[in-house]
Amino acid sequence: MYEGPVQDLIDELGRLPGIGPKGAQRIAFHLLSAEPADVTRLQDALQRVKEGVVFCEVCGNVSERTRCRICQDTRRDPRLVCVVEEPKDVLAVERTREFRGRYHVLGGALDPLSGVGPDQLRIRDLVSRIGTDEITEIIIATDPNTEGEATATYLVRLLQDFPGLSVTRLASGLPMGGDLEFADELTLGRALSGRRSV
Amino acid sequence: MYVRHLQLTDFRSWQHVDLPLEAGPTALVGANGQGKTNLVEALGYVATLGSHRVAGDAPLIRHGAQRAVVRAAVVNEDRELLVELEIAPGRANRARVNRGSATRPRDVLGILRTVLFAPEDLALVRGDPGQRRDFLDELLVARAPRYAGVRSDYEKVLKQRSALLKSAGAAKRSDSADLRTLEVWDGHLAKYGAELLAGRLDLVADLVPHVTRRYAEVAAGDTSEVDGPAGRVAELEYRGSVTGLPEDYGRPGGQRADPVTIESTLLSRLAEIRQQELERGVSLVGPHRDDLELVLGQAPAKGYASHGESWSFALALRLASYHLLSEDGAEPVLILDDVFAELDARRRARLARSVAGAEQVLVTAAVAEDVPAELSGARFDVREGEVRRAG
Ligand SMILES: Nc1ncnc2c1ncn2[C@@H]1O[C@H](COP(=O)(O)OP(=O)(O)O)[C@@H](O)[C@H]1O
Ligand SMILES: [Mg+2]
Ligand SMILES: [Zn+2]
Repeated sequence: MYEGPVQDLIDELGRLPGIGPKGAQRIAFHLLSAEPADVTRLQDALQRVKEGVVFCEVCGNVSERTRCRICQDTRRDPRLVCVVEEPKDVLAVERTREFRGRYHVLGGALDPLSGVGPDQLRIRDLVSRIGTDEITEIIIATDPNTEGEATATYLVRLLQDFPGLSVTRLASGLPMGGDLEFADELTLGRALSGRRSV
Repeated sequence: MYVRHLQLTDFRSWQHVDLPLEAGPTALVGANGQGKTNLVEALGYVATLGSHRVAGDAPLIRHGAQRAVVRAAVVNEDRELLVELEIAPGRANRARVNRGSATRPRDVLGILRTVLFAPEDLALVRGDPGQRRDFLDELLVARAPRYAGVRSDYEKVLKQRSALLKSAGAAKRSDSADLRTLEVWDGHLAKYGAELLAGRLDLVADLVPHVTRRYAEVAAGDTSEVDGPAGRVAELEYRGSVTGLPEDYGRPGGQRADPVTIESTLLSRLAEIRQQELERGVSLVGPHRDDLELVLGQAPAKGYASHGESWSFALALRLASYHLLSEDGAEPVLILDDVFAELDARRRARLARSVAGAEQVLVTAAVAEDVPAELSGARFDVREGEVRRAG
């Protein structure tokens, strides 16, 4: 344990995903000895994401305006909607260049251990989108792990009775137990084109 | 199969050790605390991706080191594969085969198969059901590595479902939204649970004849007058929490367990006990609630068997595993960690005779006299962080 502010900083950094206790310590001491200008830039960047970034009112992706670039793009097929857990998954699917529809970002997956149920996800928004927009196909691209699979099953059960709506799931081949964002482009692209209806 | 070479870096007490091995019997001799079990534990890790002594990976890393590396060259029917595992708690472990690119550790399951006897095995007979479930599941994975995935998927779903039962139950809520998500978790629990249960039932059916035979072999001559000259028969009964399955599932000569049948049966059981589960906030049916009953004559071994009989049963379970795996194909490496000191003279001799012909047997002992003559082969002295060839 270090004293006061240094330990506070280490604790805060350690709470971030992907940073362990050793990494937190390293970053903290790096910041301690860094040029004031560098620290100020980091500070500003943190401030700006919290103040300046909003979530798209349609799809829930991170955006600079109330509606994101993809939702505004008229060349994208409005009948196709790909449902993902997080904004980073939108990037992963975009990288494949296989998908020309739009997205819906749930903001996570069913995860009772962390207190996340359907009400904590943007599922109601999805249902009302289906009710009002011209959506004909929903592609469920949640992560291929326990929580993602449960979320997919939940959505399939919820959406299967909508008239004229087809619900598909990413084809398997994605490594099980994984994260969508870490699937390589080729695998994810194949999974998209080989999606199966459920 | 046999291990031709074992190399450890920062594993347990070993900073670095190179151990060339041969087929046949090998004894590792050294005083308590010199690191003999640590050596064979590393081989067990390559075979099962876990330790037979501790649940997590952290204790396996040498104090002060960041990661441990285990390398084992495994020869199976004249083909040699080099398995390398890097164990680093807090990060994903990494694996390589034949110096190729990194793969998931799960992909190396099946390259080395081991059957390990240890003094702790007495708990198989006397301990709680969880230890017998682990025994079955580990053997299942050794037989068919894909069950490693089934087992971990089941455990993850079980944790999530139990959390939901607890929160929904505590809030005295069982509104339709909760029930709808609970149904989703029910479905996944039933799917993975059925696969795991079917695997276990078939395994038990296949294992029973081996256990009966090996128990008779190890316990021969132990019989009391009451039992007659043939002695008592050792058998296994799978005591499942999922009722309503066909009677002959899990019995030798019975039908093979059908995962689809089990899945729908498990689903109906879940529907029946929903209220009870919500009230108690726990998952009450499924393979995590089952037990494997060890039966000796007419009575369960637990609570009835004498100390000697309990040892015989534990040995019979391990020997049966070894014979079952051999029958499936590749003969596993046998590891007898400090067991001879625990046994009386007769059991010692019978065990030694029974394993003397195995393709590779590794025996650890505190003193050379504890290694039976039938198992004299290569000998290494383990002392002060070094392993030296002694004969
Ligand atoms: N992670 C570790 N780092 C360093 N030493 C360890 C570690 N784990 C166990 N040990 C040491 O290993 C020794 C026990 O080794 P073990 O193989 O069980 O001995 P034995 O020869 O009796 O089988 C103990 O001295 C213990 O302190
Ligand atoms: Mg030992
Ligand atoms: Zn949008």
